Amino acid sequence: MTGVRVSGLPPYALALDMMIEGDINGAPVIAMPFADKVQGRPGFLHGGAISGLLEMAAIAAIHNALRTKGSDASIKQVNVTIDFMRGGLGQRTFAVGEVTRLGRTMANVEARAWQNDRDKPIAMGQMHYLIRQPKA
Amino acid sequence: MASDKPDLGTIIPKNAAFDPALINKLMGKFGHGGFLDMDYVGHGNDWVELAVDWREDLVADPETGILASAVVISLMDNATSLSIWTKLGEFRPQVTMDLRIDYLRPSPSGARVFGRGICYHLTQSIGFVRGFAHNGDPEDPLAHASGTFIRVGDRVS
Repeated sequence: MTGVRVSGLPPYALALDMMIEGDINGAPVIAMPFADKVQGRPGFLHGGAISGLLEMAAIAAIHNALRTKGSDASIKQVNVTIDFMRGGLGQRTFAVGEVTRLGRTMANVEARAWQNDRDKPIAMGQMHYLIRQPKA
Repeated sequence: MASDKPDLGTIIPKNAAFDPALINKLMGKFGHGGFLDMDYVGHGNDWVELAVDWREDLVADPETGILASAVVISLMDNATSLSIWTKLGEFRPQVTMDLRIDYLRPSPSGARVFGRGICYHLTQSIGFVRGFAHNGDPEDPLAHASGTFIRVGDRVS
């Protein structure tokens, strides 16, 4: 389980030059430029960098959902499953998370990464987060 | 062969055809692997262990210094990928089909993180892998991984 900052992008995301670029239904869209530091086999994105982008989008989506609820709970990631559908080409990549369920103790999130067409995802992630209510 | 337990010890590799230490000099020192600066630690017949040093720019939370979970994914992706070629004894083009990581505990500030990838089954097209990450004591894992890789190029387009 990994703790995450309540707002803003963490150092890991900034190191890979990720930035927030608009939102979809309130969930921030995270953009990541192509560079050598996110490259796997020549000309393609590394699966780990795509996964990192998906996780950032998922976390941003939960924080948005918690804020919308007026909650100041913190989250811990329990697990992630990533499906890689297409090779990530040497260009900008986007990701957005969707909170499919936000309960008192856990949240289910689905995140999607794409390049030119959001209907053709290069990868999707399914994440479970533990919700930690602040002590009364 | 099927009855053999996964090689978790420190045995000397019997197959000299595929050298994960040599391949990691490419995979772990260029591109995303180079950004994380992955080191080769060791390998057996069906496993490869790599490691990444803790770094300030790899953290998820500046207050605690806990490592970003995505670093563990990249580490396990490379270690499990290498474990397939190591078991096979040669390189074949492949891509990650899916990868699941269970985060048992955070990787603390300043701690080197090790990722051991194990290929437990191989078919003509698919490599089935599992593995775990730890901070130096394999008996105290911080994450577990499982996934599949699919062969590409000559067989699957």
